Amino acid sequence: MRKNGWKGWLYLLPAVAFLGVFMVYPLVDVLIYSLEEGYNSASQTFFGVGLYNYSYVLHDTYFLQALKNTFILVIITVPLSTGIALLISLALSSIKWLQNLFQTVFFLPYVTNTLAVGLVFMILFKKTAYSDGLVNLIIIWFGGESVDFIEGPYWARMFVLCFYTIWIVMPFKILILTSALASVNRTYYDAARIDGTSRFRIFTRITLPMISPIIFYLVITGFIGAFKAYSDSVALFGVNLNAAGMNTIVGYIYDMLYGSGGGYPSFAGAAAIILFAIVLTITCINLLISGKMQANTAE
Amino acid sequence: MKILLKNLTKTYPPRTRKESPVTAVDNFDFEIPDGKLVALLGPSGCGKSTVLNMICGLLEPTSGSIFFGDDDVTDLPPEHRGVGMVFQNYALYPHLTVQQNITFPLENIPKSRRPGKEEMKAKALEVAKLVQIDQLMERKPKEMSGGQQQRVAIARALVKRPGVLLLDEPLSNLDARLRLQTREEIRRIQRETGITTIFVTHDQEEAMSISDMIVVMKEGVLQQIGRPQEVYDCPANLFVAKFLGTPPINVLEGSVREGMLYLGEDPVLKVKGAADQDVIVGIRPEGFIPVPEGESTEGAMKCTLKALEVMGRDVSVVSSHPAAQTETIRSIIRAEDKVDEGLRTVAFRLRPGKVFLFRKETEERLMFEAE
Repeated sequence: MRKNGWKGWLYLLPAVAFLGVFMVYPLVDVLIYSLEEGYNSASQTFFGVGLYNYSYVLHDTYFLQALKNTFILVIITVPLSTGIALLISLALSSIKWLQNLFQTVFFLPYVTNTLAVGLVFMILFKKTAYSDGLVNLIIIWFGGESVDFIEGPYWARMFVLCFYTIWIVMPFKILILTSALASVNRTYYDAARIDGTSRFRIFTRITLPMISPIIFYLVITGFIGAFKAYSDSVALFGVNLNAAGMNTIVGYIYDMLYGSGGGYPSFAGAAAIILFAIVLTITCINLLISGKMQANTAE
Repeated sequence: MKILLKNLTKTYPPRTRKESPVTAVDNFDFEIPDGKLVALLGPSGCGKSTVLNMICGLLEPTSGSIFFGDDDVTDLPPEHRGVGMVFQNYALYPHLTVQQNITFPLENIPKSRRPGKEEMKAKALEVAKLVQIDQLMERKPKEMSGGQQQRVAIARALVKRPGVLLLDEPLSNLDARLRLQTREEIRRIQRETGITTIFVTHDQEEAMSISDMIVVMKEGVLQQIGRPQEVYDCPANLFVAKFLGTPPINVLEGSVREGMLYLGEDPVLKVKGAADQDVIVGIRPEGFIPVPEGESTEGAMKCTLKALEVMGRDVSVVSSHPAAQTETIRSIIRAEDKVDEGLRTVAFRLRPGKVFLFRKETEERLMFEAE
C-alpha cells in the first residue's frame, strides 16, 4: 500500500485538479477579497487588509433585510415542506389505485422551470387593475378582504414566497421519501400486525426510525438549499429585490457583484463568507442533533 | 391448542384479464392435535406460507374456516388469535435492542391489560432464558449471528405465551452446521413449552428429523399427512415418495403381469393383489440386497455397475438399468455385502417393503401384498 501511495494520487489527480481550480481556489479567493479593504475592481487595487468589509455588510440595512428574509424562509419552509412531503408520501404509499398517476402529478413541479412556475404564481396572486388574482377571488368569495400578495404587506409577500418555495422543493422530497418508505421491508409491518400494533405506533416506532436517516438528509439539504434561495424570489418579485424588500443573502451577493449598485466584490465576498459560516454552523448543529437522535432510538 | 382447518381455500385473482385465477391453497381439511410440532412440507411455491399466513391471520382465506380449539378464529385479527410468528428473515427491528424487540409485542397490549415495566422485563428475561440469549439483552440485531437472531425472533414470538407458534422457513437463512443445531433447539423449545408449533420448510430432512407430524403439499393441494416415518414408509403417491428421502427414491418403468412385477422382461418381485397393468416403480435406496457372487441371479434385478462410493458404514452403489427413468440408480448396501468393483453387472434382490408401485396415469399408489 505504502509503496504505491503516489499511484493513488496520480489516479486522483484529475479530480483533485478540477476541484482545486474550480472549488478550492475560488473559495480561498473569496476569503481574500473579503479581507481587502477599499478594493477597486477597475484598477484592481486596495488600501489595506482588515475586517471593514464585514462591518459594512453587517451594518447595511439591505443585508439585514436579506438576512431576516432568508432566516424566515428557512425556518418556515424546511420543516413544513419536509412534514407535508412525508404526509403525502405516506398517503401515496398506502394507496394502490392510481398510485403512479399521483406520483407523476406530484413530481411535475420538479421538471417545471422556476420562472414558468413564477408566472403561474403571479396569475394566482398578483393584483392588477383588471383582476385581483385567483386567490383573492377565492378570499372574496369566502367573504374576506382582498390582499395584494406581490406588492402588499410584508407578511403577504413572505407568505407567497414561502408557499412558492415549499411547492418547488416538495416533489424532490416526495420522490426520496416514497422510495425510502418502499424500501422498508414489508415483514416488519407483518410482524407488527401480528402483535396488533396500532397504525400510529407502527409509524412512530417502526417507520420513522427506519427512514430517519433519509429525513435527516432531506432536512440538512433543505436547510442548505433554502439558505441559498434566490431565483424563487426573483421569479415572484422581479430583479429589484431590495426595493421589494424581499432580497435574500444570495440575492444581496449578486447585487453587490452585478446589480445596479454592483462592482463591489469585497462586500460580496464578505457576505458570501458570512453565509458560508451560517450554513456551516446550521449543518453542524443538524448533524449533532441527528447523531443524538440516532443514539436515542438506539437505547 | 388444537388447530382445525375446514375446507380452507385461498384463491388469488388473476393479475391480467388473460390469466386465470391462481389457487394457492385448495380445500385444506385437517386437524393438528394439541402440543405437536408439525411441518408443512413442499417445494417452493406450493402454498405452504399461504397456509401459515392464513393461520396467523395475515391473510384472509377465500373460503373455509380455521378453528383454534373450539373457537372459530377465521374472522379474528392476528392479535386476537394468540399466535406467535417467526418470519423467515426474522423481522427483528434493527433500531431496537434484543430486550426492546422482545418486549415490543407486550407494549402493544391495550393499557388496561398491559403489564408494568418491571413485569415486561421479567417476562422478556424468562423467554430469553428459554432460548438462551439472556446474556445478549443489550445487543442490537446487527451485532449478533444469524442463529442468535433466530433465537431472539423465537423469544419475541413466545413472550405473549401464544397458544400457537408459527415459523416460516426458520432454518433457511442459517448455514449447514447451525441448521442442525437450531432444529434441535426448536424441538427442545417446543417440548419445554408444549406449544402447538407449525413450521414451513422445503427441506424434507428438516421436516422428518424434528416433527411429530408432517403435512406434504404440492401446488396448493394436500398430498399426505402423517408421522414422518409413516409417510416415508407408506407414501400416498409418487410425488410424496420422490420428495421424501435422501438419496431420493429410484424411479423405474415396469409392468405387473399375473402377480409378478417385471422390469423390462425381467421378473423381479412377486406382487400379489395388483392387477395387470403398466406401472411406475419406486425403489428406496435401502431396498436393494446384492446377490452374492456365484449364486443364481434368477429373479434378481440386473444393473450395469458404474461406481462404488464407500461411506464407511455403508456403500453406495451407482448403477444403471434400462427401465430406469433416471440415468443412474443409487442403492445403499451394508459395507459387508461386498460388491467387487471390477464387476460389470451387479444383481439385486428387492426388499418388498421398500418397493412402491404407482399407477401410470394418476401416479397414485397401487397397493400389493408382499410375500
